[in-house]
Amino acid sequence: MEKIEEKLKILADAAKYDVSCSSSGSKRKNTGGIGDASASGICHTYTEDGRCVSLLKILLTNHCIYDCAFCVSRRSNDVKRAAFTVEEVVDLTMNFYRRNYIEGLFLSSGIFKNADFTMERLLRIVKKLRTEERYNGYIHLKTIPGASEELIKEAGLYADRMSINLELPTEAGLKMLAPEKDHDSVRKPLAFVNQQKQAFKAESKLIKHVPTFVPAGQSTQMVIGATPETDLEIMGVANSFYKDYKLKRVYYSGYVPVNNTSSLLPQIGTTPPLIRENRLYQTDWLLRFYGFQLDELLNTHHQQLDLDIDPKLSWALRNPHLFPVDINTADFNAILRIPGVGKKSALKVVQARKFGRLSEYQVRKMGIDFNRAKFFMRCADTPFSLGALSMASVKNRILREGNSKYKRMMPQAQLSLF
Amino acid sequence: MYYVFDGSYAGFMSCVFESFERKEPGAIPVTELDFQPGLFQEGRTVQTDLAKMERVLRGLRKQLGDQKVLDFFRAFLSEDRKVWLSSFHIIHQIFQAGPAVLTNYGDADVLYFSQTLHKVSRERHRMKAFTRFQKSADGLFFAIIEPDFNVLPLVSGFFKNRYADQRWLIYDVKRRYGLLHEEGYVSEVQLTAPEKDALTDKAATITLDERDAQFELLWKQYFKSTNIESRRNMKLHLQHVPRRYWKYLPEKQG
Repeated sequence: MEKIEEKLKILADAAKYDVSCSSSGSKRKNTGGIGDASASGICHTYTEDGRCVSLLKILLTNHCIYDCAFCVSRRSNDVKRAAFTVEEVVDLTMNFYRRNYIEGLFLSSGIFKNADFTMERLLRIVKKLRTEERYNGYIHLKTIPGASEELIKEAGLYADRMSINLELPTEAGLKMLAPEKDHDSVRKPLAFVNQQKQAFKAESKLIKHVPTFVPAGQSTQMVIGATPETDLEIMGVANSFYKDYKLKRVYYSGYVPVNNTSSLLPQIGTTPPLIRENRLYQTDWLLRFYGFQLDELLNTHHQQLDLDIDPKLSWALRNPHLFPVDINTADFNAILRIPGVGKKSALKVVQARKFGRLSEYQVRKMGIDFNRAKFFMRCADTPFSLGALSMASVKNRILREGNSKYKRMMPQAQLSLF
Repeated sequence: MYYVFDGSYAGFMSCVFESFERKEPGAIPVTELDFQPGLFQEGRTVQTDLAKMERVLRGLRKQLGDQKVLDFFRAFLSEDRKVWLSSFHIIHQIFQAGPAVLTNYGDADVLYFSQTLHKVSRERHRMKAFTRFQKSADGLFFAIIEPDFNVLPLVSGFFKNRYADQRWLIYDVKRRYGLLHEEGYVSEVQLTAPEKDALTDKAATITLDERDAQFELLWKQYFKSTNIESRRNMKLHLQHVPRRYWKYLPEKQG
């Protein structure tokens, strides 16, 4: 009893820096056992850091042969080590799942002995869950770089999602902090799983009962702020990984200092770059769901995202010639680009205006951030004003009137010297 | 004119039927409990009639399709009198002008209806997430919930599919009924007072499975260990897990 509690403490603590907790995207059905995957995903609780807890996220072991400077489980770090048995992981998962604590299992591991040995152990657990416990809930499994293709392929038949972390956005950063690793060993298995997934998909069009293969797709993660990459570099890498490997998600993890012996890294006690992390996610969303191209948001003239305003507002301020947008005539995509208007409200506007021209009082209620949007749009009753506001004063007014959650974390407005 | 009905969905739909038959689109449906007869409040009792409800629903299905018609049931479960009235108006509009009115978000009734649906859906989702089972010695998994809206009927299918091999009971203490799943069937149950006390009282008369306390403890342990202290953000935490849900979440108990 005591023992399993201690193990859970160590191995959950070591696993928590993997930020992915998504349980969405799979449609696995309950076929005469227990559990299913909810396509939308379910967050069963949230920790005090505000992060969702959907999966039981643990390492099989935190013993590791590698010595990556940014990782808490690195070989040279003096931390307690532990390892679960296959039975313990299965027992924990089933009992948490049956009580509706969790949506499924997120299983990762330090590398012990070698890649194949580790992958084979992970595979044994998911196989037992699927075949012996007849468990159909969600499973997110780490692909261990360097593991044989046979093992990875078999694991893909049991897992809903697989992932491999890129760790650092650029090869140069990786060489600096984890000289034993390289990006190629991440690209290769990502490509292999993607290619298998496409093959299974093609086959299922011809044959009726093809087993599902990683139905919720693949994801990866980059550590932000441990190495000096620009936002342009980071998003460039993310963008190409989305395209090359059809990833479902790229996660950006603001570096939480866990190492004081390397002078290359931010020291313990330094606050993680939370605002920057948030801005990167916003950019990621704009690229995937709002029809933006990367060079509109970040380019050689604008290599870092603004911290005080979000990337969509920043883009709008740099493109005053595109505004104001008339919400009664503009097309959906133009409305979607108005700062403060999201997908759902844009759709509401486009549907509602068929019944008559929309006025401010109507649009305000449709879920848009009116205080921000008002500078960039025209409604039926918006009065004409002579001469547009300068974008600099728009920004000031939005910052002054707005209630950004980051207000108190921002340095106060800097005095200009001139 | 007030239409007084028994508070059931069938009763509400019977009011809709009645208002068409009597050509009284301005009628206001109220429940027997809410209705206070007064000098200026004329009320007529409307008998709940399943056949009448079915006729209204059939008419709506023709206009909207099966799934969309369920939205009226979902909105009804919010127990919000204001949205009941909005639904009433919207149904009248649908029969007059066709299904397109449902996207006329510039209209106050339509917007309120759609916002209420969103709220009900969020609560339904929360109950899928926040329901916590305990296991009794005889193998029954039981849970207490106290949702803002009457969403139990909306999560029944979800739990039935997911926990198909489990005997389970989910009891809504606020509305005093529960759902019991046994051998593939879900049935509605009302509990007697002592049964209810046994369920909700911590000094329970229900004997728990011998490993139940252990797993609850391990879950609390996990909840603590997976938190990153240097990223602490209580505002966000409370936004996602409002205090009113803590009572039934073991990880939020001391």
